[in-house]
Amino acid sequence: MSTPTTTDAEALIENLDRKGPMHHFHHALHKYPWISPGIVLVIAIVIFGLINHRFWAISNLSLITQQVSIVGAIAVAQTLVILTAGIDLSVGAVAVLASMVMAKTAAEQGVPGPLALILGFAVGAAAGALNGFLITKLRLPPFIVTLGTLSIFMALTLIYATGRTINADKMGDAANILLWLGNPIQFGAFKITFGVVAMILLYVFFSWVLKNTAWGKHVYAVGDDPAAASLAGIRVNRVLFSVYLVGGIVLALAGWIAIGRVGSASPTILPDANLDSITAVVIGGTSLFGGRGTMFGTLIGAILVGVVSNGLVLAGLDQAYKVLAIGVLVIVSVALDQWIRKVRS
Amino acid sequence: MSDLSSIQPVVQAKGLIKTFGRVVGLNSANLELYPGEVLAVIGDNGAGKSTLIKCISGAETPDSGQIMIDGNEVSFKTSLDARAYGIETVYQTLAVAPALDIASNLYLGREKRKKGVLGTVFRKLDHSGMRTTAKEQMTKLGIGTLQDMSQAVETLSGGQRQAVSVARAEAFGSKVVILDEPTAALGVRESNQVLKMIELMRDRGLPIILISHNMPQVFEVADRIHVQRLGSRAAVVTPQTHTMNDAVAIMTGALKVDEKDQALGPVRVSATA
Amino acid sequence: MKNRVTRGRAFAAVAAVGVLSVTLAACSSGSSSSSTAASAAPAASAAASAPAAGGDVAVSLITKNQTNPFFVAMAAGAKKAAEANGVTLTLASGKDDTDVAGQVTAIENAVAQGQKGILITPAGPGVNDAITAARAAGLLVIALDTPTDPASIVDITFATDNFVAGQAIGQWAAGKLNGAKAIIARLVITDKDSLTVDYKRDNGFLDGMGIDIKDPKVMGDEATSGKYTTGKGGDYEIACLVATGANEEGGQKGMEDCLAKNPDINLVYSINEPAGLGAATALKAAGKTIGKDVQIVSVDGGLSGVQAVKDGTIGATSQQYPLKMAEYGVKAIFDLATSGTKPAVTEGKDFFDTGVVLCTNEPQTTVTAAEQKDAQYCIDNAWG
Repeated sequence: MSTPTTTDAEALIENLDRKGPMHHFHHALHKYPWISPGIVLVIAIVIFGLINHRFWAISNLSLITQQVSIVGAIAVAQTLVILTAGIDLSVGAVAVLASMVMAKTAAEQGVPGPLALILGFAVGAAAGALNGFLITKLRLPPFIVTLGTLSIFMALTLIYATGRTINADKMGDAANILLWLGNPIQFGAFKITFGVVAMILLYVFFSWVLKNTAWGKHVYAVGDDPAAASLAGIRVNRVLFSVYLVGGIVLALAGWIAIGRVGSASPTILPDANLDSITAVVIGGTSLFGGRGTMFGTLIGAILVGVVSNGLVLAGLDQAYKVLAIGVLVIVSVALDQWIRKVRS
Repeated sequence: MSDLSSIQPVVQAKGLIKTFGRVVGLNSANLELYPGEVLAVIGDNGAGKSTLIKCISGAETPDSGQIMIDGNEVSFKTSLDARAYGIETVYQTLAVAPALDIASNLYLGREKRKKGVLGTVFRKLDHSGMRTTAKEQMTKLGIGTLQDMSQAVETLSGGQRQAVSVARAEAFGSKVVILDEPTAALGVRESNQVLKMIELMRDRGLPIILISHNMPQVFEVADRIHVQRLGSRAAVVTPQTHTMNDAVAIMTGALKVDEKDQALGPVRVSATA
Repeated sequence: MKNRVTRGRAFAAVAAVGVLSVTLAACSSGSSSSSTAASAAPAASAAASAPAAGGDVAVSLITKNQTNPFFVAMAAGAKKAAEANGVTLTLASGKDDTDVAGQVTAIENAVAQGQKGILITPAGPGVNDAITAARAAGLLVIALDTPTDPASIVDITFATDNFVAGQAIGQWAAGKLNGAKAIIARLVITDKDSLTVDYKRDNGFLDGMGIDIKDPKVMGDEATSGKYTTGKGGDYEIACLVATGANEEGGQKGMEDCLAKNPDINLVYSINEPAGLGAATALKAAGKTIGKDVQIVSVDGGLSGVQAVKDGTIGATSQQYPLKMAEYGVKAIFDLATSGTKPAVTEGKDFFDTGVVLCTNEPQTTVTAAEQKDAQYCIDNAWG
């Protein structure tokens, strides 16, 4: 190693003509795909604040985190699925179904709070397992499977709930536990809820798991190239199934966060959570083709959507501009991903 | 030759038959791999060379016949079974996850966990340990240019990717490393690099099966050349006893080699044997 | 429309993901209408399966879905009237709020069975041709709750006058303010003027307060500040107009954004009670005392909504009567079949107004658009 060999020298030359400033930027984006949405987020916060100074108020900024807590939690499950090159259209329906089970068993069967929670989590896990089963055992594409289960879970929710909202006062003693995540933590004007903390912990936990466990590496490998992963000895179907199962449990937690935030369990909330979560994931720099992306990016994506939504109201602009802005962000993100993937080889 | 004849093959296939519907893939095929040698397997398309290799690497199960490792009969249902016996394969498609880094790819499916509570309870991976070993492994194969083991594999050149794949096989292949057309997609310089890796592995005593179409390369590195034809072994020759033209003639059936002129036994004393 | 809209949006959104979903819906819709009818209303479908004997009056009620409490109430009203008049009732619906094909199949079935009339909440203009064909075959077709576009496609529409429903709460709000300055948040379904129920209620509300609404089909074209004239009259300021999807979570988020923009909001218009209750959650979190610092008004009159009037969370809401729509509808078809009397539209309107009642525990003298009733009355008469 002390004396450079021919190959060393050649590699050096090769590296030299590669390393322009564009290359550095490309390389950085490649390694940290959340950089670009992060930059957009900072710009958005500056601009919205300049338009209306109230936007910068601590109370408003902490409010945004509360507003993104439900979709933020749902997007954790969506990130896992998209990392495996899948897509889950049923995420919102699963979260709402789990929340209705929690609230309704408590309100109507008088099930104690902790047990009602466990039932909700069990339903979330079962829903995820059903998706995973259909995708791995029947070998159906995730898009089709979750399109079908989206309708199924939505219909089950409406039939089970008979279309009705269950308010906190109907939940009896269980209300304390079911609404627990709605409790605020306040430091002066800065106010977040336990639900926000729960969402952030989800991100911290899954970031760690993806980076530091074999399972995490396998999730990336399966999404990157399932054939290669299989040849490398990874049981691809087992990894896929586990992703949907774990996703279902995360979605039940999102349902619990929703009860705490809204203060009731309603079968009609979150109608667009599937697209909203996909949006957050994509804006966050995770590739729809699987195998690359980070939890942190998704968190930035979710917050960015929340910032745009809140900022436009404060700016007095129509919500149609929000839809427009987010559409542009999605296209830019996907185009950027394509560019990042075009690595020199 | 007397001391060589007592050497037992590391891998031996006897009378393997494999049919796909009405197509005969293997028709009583034999193969022996001796310690410390590079055995090249050549043959026309459809001669059954890849079916033969798949049976040995566990990707296919033969209909009948025996596979023996160090003289003990084994039966492989999946490639994981073969791997448990120390048989590693470098696939033509490389089987790497492009977005993952070098170290992660090297350990894909066999990750090392941290010692103590972090590893057992929290299942934390030993990143630094894996990177260090990966670095050693790459250096051992003469790819010292790659410094950063946390670099994604997709940022590497074709030859470097191949090196990652070979390094993985070398790291875990305690018995045999099988390389399936490792230079097919590479340029001249990178091909040479791979051939050098093959020699390095051989010199450390690891026997290798090399499947290749490239005659000059085969004649450059192989100790013995197994010529597959019509589902079975037509002959085993050495670069010393036969020319490339002979090998092609055997492949096409134009030349028959008498058993006594073949190299059916070991020709090289392994470094470790 | 009302909160049912949210489901329609969800499905539309999914459809946007891929054309595939549309194909799927279209493929399955043919069977869906009859199967849902059978499962949701065993009694009715059993009756329908026996061909109506000569002289018997058979009627189909085709809703957008059979799970929303609003339609459940509608079906209950239809059943009640059918039993009272000896009418054979068939219940059917689309697979979801946008399933036009499922409704078309149900219409064709009604014609094939020789029924006398159809009550329908049209899922979209796609049902128009089938309705025209049914009328040509001699059936009386009545639209319930949602008018067809154009309204003349059906014989008559029985619906709530959403503009009047909005006026009533606007008048109430003006009376309650009693001359104080109004700082108004408006929580609508979408803010794109695409839904009749959305712009009618919203503009009705402003009109009720005595604010110049300019184009009654456009939301947000009024002056952002000025004077309201109802009651004592006073200054007003529009703080925001936000889309909520007409559900709790959307209402809450919308209200939070509005409060961030203007913390002094003291009057909240909400498209329906779920959105209003979501707003209440946000207002409480912001430390407001509802009923004192701020008033919430709404339209719909579902059970949980009027319960919120009782506990003071919602100051006033206009209650509509899906039960009545169906009851009147069945009766109208029965009358036509037995005595040949055709139903007539409400005077001055192009539809039959099933009326609204303003539910409030603090009646105001300024309210003229609707009769005022206390919360208990509304709870007793609430749907869902």
